[in-house]
Amino acid sequence: MVTPTRKKDRIDKLAEAGSDAGVSLAASAWRTLRRSPVFLTGAVIIGLFVLVSLLSPWLAPHDPSDPMLIDQVIKARNQIPAVQDGHPLGGDLQGRDFFSRLLIGSQQTLIVGVLATLIGLAGGLTLGTLAGALGGWVDSVVMRLVDVMLSLPSLLLAFSISAMFARPNQYTVIVAVAVVQIPVFARLLRGSMLAQRSSDHVLAATALGVKPGAIVFRHMLPNSLGPVIVQSTLVLATAIIDAAALSFLGLGNPDDRIPEWGQMLGDVQNVFDTHPQLAFWPAGCIIVVALGFTLMGETLREALDPKSRR
Amino acid sequence: MPLLEVRDLTVVFERKGEKPFTAVDHVSFDVEPGQTVGLVGESGCGKSVTSLAIMGLLPRRGARVSGSVQYEGVNLLSLSDREMRDRRGRDLGMVFQDPLSSLNPVIPIGVQVTEVLERHQGMPRKKAMLEAAELLDKVGIPDPTRRLTEYPHQLSGGMRQRALIAIALACRPRLLIADEPTTALDVTIQAQILALLKELVRDLGTALVMITHDLGVVAGLCDEVNVLYGGRVVEKAHRHDLFAAPRHPYTHGLLASIPRLDAPRGEKLNPIRGSVADNIPWAEGCAFAPRCPNKLDVCVQVTPEQEDIGAGRLLRCHNPVQPPVSEEVSV
Repeated sequence: MVTPTRKKDRIDKLAEAGSDAGVSLAASAWRTLRRSPVFLTGAVIIGLFVLVSLLSPWLAPHDPSDPMLIDQVIKARNQIPAVQDGHPLGGDLQGRDFFSRLLIGSQQTLIVGVLATLIGLAGGLTLGTLAGALGGWVDSVVMRLVDVMLSLPSLLLAFSISAMFARPNQYTVIVAVAVVQIPVFARLLRGSMLAQRSSDHVLAATALGVKPGAIVFRHMLPNSLGPVIVQSTLVLATAIIDAAALSFLGLGNPDDRIPEWGQMLGDVQNVFDTHPQLAFWPAGCIIVVALGFTLMGETLREALDPKSRR
Repeated sequence: MPLLEVRDLTVVFERKGEKPFTAVDHVSFDVEPGQTVGLVGESGCGKSVTSLAIMGLLPRRGARVSGSVQYEGVNLLSLSDREMRDRRGRDLGMVFQDPLSSLNPVIPIGVQVTEVLERHQGMPRKKAMLEAAELLDKVGIPDPTRRLTEYPHQLSGGMRQRALIAIALACRPRLLIADEPTTALDVTIQAQILALLKELVRDLGTALVMITHDLGVVAGLCDEVNVLYGGRVVEKAHRHDLFAAPRHPYTHGLLASIPRLDAPRGEKLNPIRGSVADNIPWAEGCAFAPRCPNKLDVCVQVTPEQEDIGAGRLLRCHNPVQPPVSEEVSV
């Protein structure tokens, strides 16, 4: 008897669907994302990247700051230690294991990218909420400040900020990159907060006597966060590239015992024509990681777009 | 004493570099406890602005509100922001036109119902949830405990409006203002929502101010009807009187323009010509004069005053429509 079973299955399925509790925006976005090959590609890249950087102390075959191949460098004609047993990518100018430096370098990239984005996000959320919720002169002041920051090219602004510090270290890079992201977040949030302020459901909440604080934090802010969340995944990519650029130009952490991809790129500038592989690996890593975040960000934006929601 | 006493309510919108615009012009009406009063008129006649002014929801900048709105003897217009906030949702509830956009899309229905209970009655979340389920049940939402966990987009239009009514009535306000609550719904749902409103205001003894452009809604629901045109009340009457013998040419036109099932086939609709003028309509003469079939010379020269024409009726017209000859009026 096939039919009754099928029917029963169908009813079970219906009941299951019926008992399904509320589907939030996030849940419905996830349903779309799970099936998107582009998102999955980005997610795999980022997943691998995070995994590698977390496990790099154990994955790296050698100490990244140990000039173990220095003999080969000194020994002359062949300046750069070639690929050899135990050193799958050879060594660098100071005879350190290149592969280990590449692995450990991912840590810096992850830390800088995530921290800079979080700090930028926090600053942008604060400014954007102030401007969007209070309006009036607060809005004007905050937005003029943001305009001034946006009028400078972001990389140039980041350079200026990191050049302001007398002794650059890895934290000055984070601060410089973070500050540059603040105006983007602030402006984005302020825009959607303003749209929320004149929305029907905020009017309806006001008509229920809901207090202004609750209006802002329960009704306006959660509805304005979508674009900001998406932006932050895209900003992760920019932050990583900006931080690499700063290090490349020598505005990063001067302590080269802690490897960083941008700095590794900068170090090999002079030997680039003879040993392009030394630039290829760190540059490739930066590009692939930035691409991964961008892929995730773009698909996330599409999935969270309420107009494309099913 | 009336529950709500609106006297000479005037709302003027002002913008720099533009002429001030009088959206509501000396509107006065009373709402007795438990009574249903209709504010009727077409788009732009000031009905929604009137309701927002009563609730104190007009923006502080750019809108000048004068006159008085007495609620149980207290002038709402003179209250501070904080005092008014405490009254909204507790003493005065409001239901808006579009049930989807009036609900917060990112939080579950339950939170939106309990929010107002927690706010005004200091209920703990758990107790408020139980109360919320009861409220949803009362407004005819099946399986209320499940619905509480759902988001607005998962509910049908009619159910959303039911939820909004439940939220507006959660704290048992003595006055409910419904601003075109059925306009965004299809006809069958409209009828259900109107029946629900009627039942609820009867059971709870809530007074209702019904704002609508739909005379069908008025006929089914309202005790008193105020017809607005260009920001002023042009005719006020008891429902039966208004439908039996509309005196103002505008009211007459509105009634005549309703399509009728018993009209002969092929008969054309009978619209009111023209549309609401954008300028200050009552400065000289009657605002309705340009569209009025009964226009006299005096209509464009002298602004008509509101007159009491007996039986609780008010009329603002130089040349009203004469009542039907037969005295026996059936409705």
